[in-house]
Amino acid sequence: MSHHSNVIEKEDIVIKFVGDSGDGMQLSGTLFSDTAALQGLDLATFPDYPAEIRAPQNTTAGVSGFQVHVGTKKIDTTGDQVDILVAMNPASLRSNLKWAHPGATLILDADAFDEASVKKAGYASNPLDDESLSGYNVVKAPVSSLTRAALKPLNLDVKSADRTRNMFALGICYFLFGWKLDSTIDYFKVKFKKKPEMIEANKIVLEAGYIYADNIEALASKYHISKAKMKPGKYRNITGNIATAWGLLAASERSGRPIFLGSYPITPATDILIELAKHKSLGARVFQAEDEIAGICSAIGASYTGSMAITTTSGPGLSLKSEAIGLAVMTELPLVIVDVQRGGPSTGLPTKSEQSDLMQALFGRNGEAPVVVLASSTPADCYFYAYMAAKIAMEHMTPVILLSDGSLGNGSQLFRITKVSDLPPITPPIAEANDATYKPYLRNPETLVRKWALPGTAGLRHRVGGLEKENITGNVSTDPLNHELMVKLREAKVQKVADVLPEQEIIGEKEGDLLVISWGGTRGTTQDAVEAMQAAGKKVSLAHFNYIMPLPKNTRQVLSGFRKIVVCELNAGQFVNYLRMKEPDFSYIQYNKLQSLPFTVAELTAKFNEILEEK
Amino acid sequence: MIEFPEKTIERSSVELSKEDFVSDQMVKWCPGCGSHAILAAVANVFPKIGYRKENFMMVSGIGCSSRFPYYVNTYGIHGIHGRANAIASGVKIANPRLSVWITTGDGDSMAIGGNHFIHIIRRNIDVNIILFNNQIYGLTKGQYSPTTPMGSITKTSPQGTIEHPFNPGELVLGSQGTFFARVVDNNVKMMTEVMFEAAKHDGTSVIEVLQNCVIFADKTHAAVTDKEIRDDVQLHLKNGEPMIFGKNRDKGIRLKGTRLEVVTLGENSITEDDLLVHDQYQQDPGIHLMLAKMAPPHFPMAFGVIRSAMYPTYDDLVEDQISTAKATSKIKCVDDLLNSGETWEIK
Repeated sequence: MSHHSNVIEKEDIVIKFVGDSGDGMQLSGTLFSDTAALQGLDLATFPDYPAEIRAPQNTTAGVSGFQVHVGTKKIDTTGDQVDILVAMNPASLRSNLKWAHPGATLILDADAFDEASVKKAGYASNPLDDESLSGYNVVKAPVSSLTRAALKPLNLDVKSADRTRNMFALGICYFLFGWKLDSTIDYFKVKFKKKPEMIEANKIVLEAGYIYADNIEALASKYHISKAKMKPGKYRNITGNIATAWGLLAASERSGRPIFLGSYPITPATDILIELAKHKSLGARVFQAEDEIAGICSAIGASYTGSMAITTTSGPGLSLKSEAIGLAVMTELPLVIVDVQRGGPSTGLPTKSEQSDLMQALFGRNGEAPVVVLASSTPADCYFYAYMAAKIAMEHMTPVILLSDGSLGNGSQLFRITKVSDLPPITPPIAEANDATYKPYLRNPETLVRKWALPGTAGLRHRVGGLEKENITGNVSTDPLNHELMVKLREAKVQKVADVLPEQEIIGEKEGDLLVISWGGTRGTTQDAVEAMQAAGKKVSLAHFNYIMPLPKNTRQVLSGFRKIVVCELNAGQFVNYLRMKEPDFSYIQYNKLQSLPFTVAELTAKFNEILEEK
Repeated sequence: MIEFPEKTIERSSVELSKEDFVSDQMVKWCPGCGSHAILAAVANVFPKIGYRKENFMMVSGIGCSSRFPYYVNTYGIHGIHGRANAIASGVKIANPRLSVWITTGDGDSMAIGGNHFIHIIRRNIDVNIILFNNQIYGLTKGQYSPTTPMGSITKTSPQGTIEHPFNPGELVLGSQGTFFARVVDNNVKMMTEVMFEAAKHDGTSVIEVLQNCVIFADKTHAAVTDKEIRDDVQLHLKNGEPMIFGKNRDKGIRLKGTRLEVVTLGENSITEDDLLVHDQYQQDPGIHLMLAKMAPPHFPMAFGVIRSAMYPTYDDLVEDQISTAKATSKIKCVDDLLNSGETWEIK
């Protein structure tokens, strides 16, 4: 019998699981979000983990977290503040309490708050005993001891028993939402196929947590979130990195060009390499190279032979690849370079996210070396923009840099499954065998694109290389006027990609007091903030850019309709300075955050209101 | 037991000749440069190999050696400094139906591209590397290289180099190389034979060409190439034959204990039967390494194919994995992938 009659109807809830990096927080969060999805809720997730694999136990350095935002409304972000914080030890509470709402529910493993751990976490006194948590709804659950007690009949060793603590906490959460345990138990059956005792152990502990929550008075209320009103269809949960990998596979299938990935592991891009390595059945040739340079150079070699060639990396790796990107520019070969950005410079903040590689993507090469630059903006749309990056690369015979970031790559979101045949077709300009008119640098007069002549084809033997090319023939040339012509042709070819790009969309009215501009991975937050402003009756619109080089053709027109323009980005002002260069007739306000943290809706709306009030 | 799949490079239906590979570009190496002889050998050997002319692919990096692709009418990439081996890795993995040839130098492959050189060899990707070793940086006009002999005066070592040079053969074998041969640029016949052997070998073949740079390191290899003395300092290896050398063919190499030794036939009742017999196909690289390291004054230098051992190639194994995955995986297309795992319907 339940003691709880009080069910609160919520539009959305943010829950975060935090603990030591060995406590299984990523798994708890993933299982929670999978169950939420089965309940028909929209959701977004974000893992937050340290760069170290296992930092010292019970220290703030070793805290690993997983945040889930679920709701009946459309979920665009992982949430500004946390409604429910599940903390498995004092260190994780200490480093995450700042993200919790005043009045948030804190579910704590009371057993973990012993004197030594409290001290190690840096607390002067035990937060369970002093007044510091008085503003919160604190549930002091003896998770560890109850877990061990529940498992007593199984005679498990203490270490294995303690490893299931996370499921006790998850059981409490399921009770809070009134969710069934079935799908999670089904997961145990698959995950622990080879260790049947762990299937039973995890199930017992999950149920024990659920029953415990049902029995205590501390949980004053349960939550109910209605099913989200989502477009009908088949859905799945997907991270940005997996969506990127799948978008590339789709482009390979649709273009008929085999996919080749040359890559070197680097956080936070490695998951794309790992994912593509699984798909040899789709013909993926995945080459884990000896370094970043070999990654891109092997891709250039593969591209020359007619593969849809990819290299994936993060900021430091993009630096190493710069010279080779220049080679791809000069040889005019298709190539997709995926940069999953992290905090920089140098090694910077490998597990944190930032948008600070934009200038490097646009200009970070010797010589005049234009490339197409695109940016994904949500975990789910990584699929589409990866597909578009490959399409543009092949159809326009150019390297394309696709900017993602750590938040997108590791974050997840619901993804509505469409058919590959619903995507736009891809038609690479492949030269026909024995084409007597073939010249390596003869261009399509409209697009300025040269043909892709594949080794093995009769009658098309030719050489390409990094030395300046003579127009049309592609022979080596040091002629000054030819060089000037070729520099201009390469630039014009990339600019002409704008002819096939969709127009820049405006969310909101085409005219107003403030145009908010953002690009890449910040879309969820900027859109939520702009919609909040609009709901409050403010004349604020959003232009969120995915196509950066070249800019959509109507960019000037978009900028023209507003009294003020603010460009929001997670760097010191790279896109705003690019706009100042490309569209100098406008005055831009910039709003930058440099903490390797996402924007919050609250700080954006505060900034927008401040700008609107300024005369 | 790993099966060796059949080679799939398409053969030419007509007999090819040198002329089929002549490019329309002017050859711009210095007169007397050893590269001309290497070009001649390549022109000899490509038609003999018998593949369709469209299935040859040349890849290079930067340096005098790396202009090579412009001078042969094949598909080709003139890459960036040091990266020929990395580019070629991608070429061969993406399209194993191509016969891939890399021209590179002691700067390109021993210095700036050293990492790619050891890793392409370790992986045993089926390509042919012609390593032009002139012991100097030619294109940048005379700085020392990783193979320049210690003490050499060059533009960047006015008091003599203080670096220990690489022996390319040692580096190849240390990288688990399956094929290593050494030739001199003035012996086009041997170069042609060795290139043919390299083409036949499944795996990474490295041919070190002792090449003369007439401008910046003239006669750098004279101690082994000079006409007057070369017969006494060159050991020409032939598989299955005893290791005999010398103007009078009276000297040989034998194994004494764990080391090689030069002996004179007829002295101390030494006969041909006492000499080492060359086994280029031996898997154990021990003797091959000793042969690769031999040098005057105490030994002759070994030429010809030093090692040619059978191991599975990376590119064949990639093909195996792909065909196995295609045969066994439930994921046959991207739509299958999108619908795999946990999905749910929203009405």
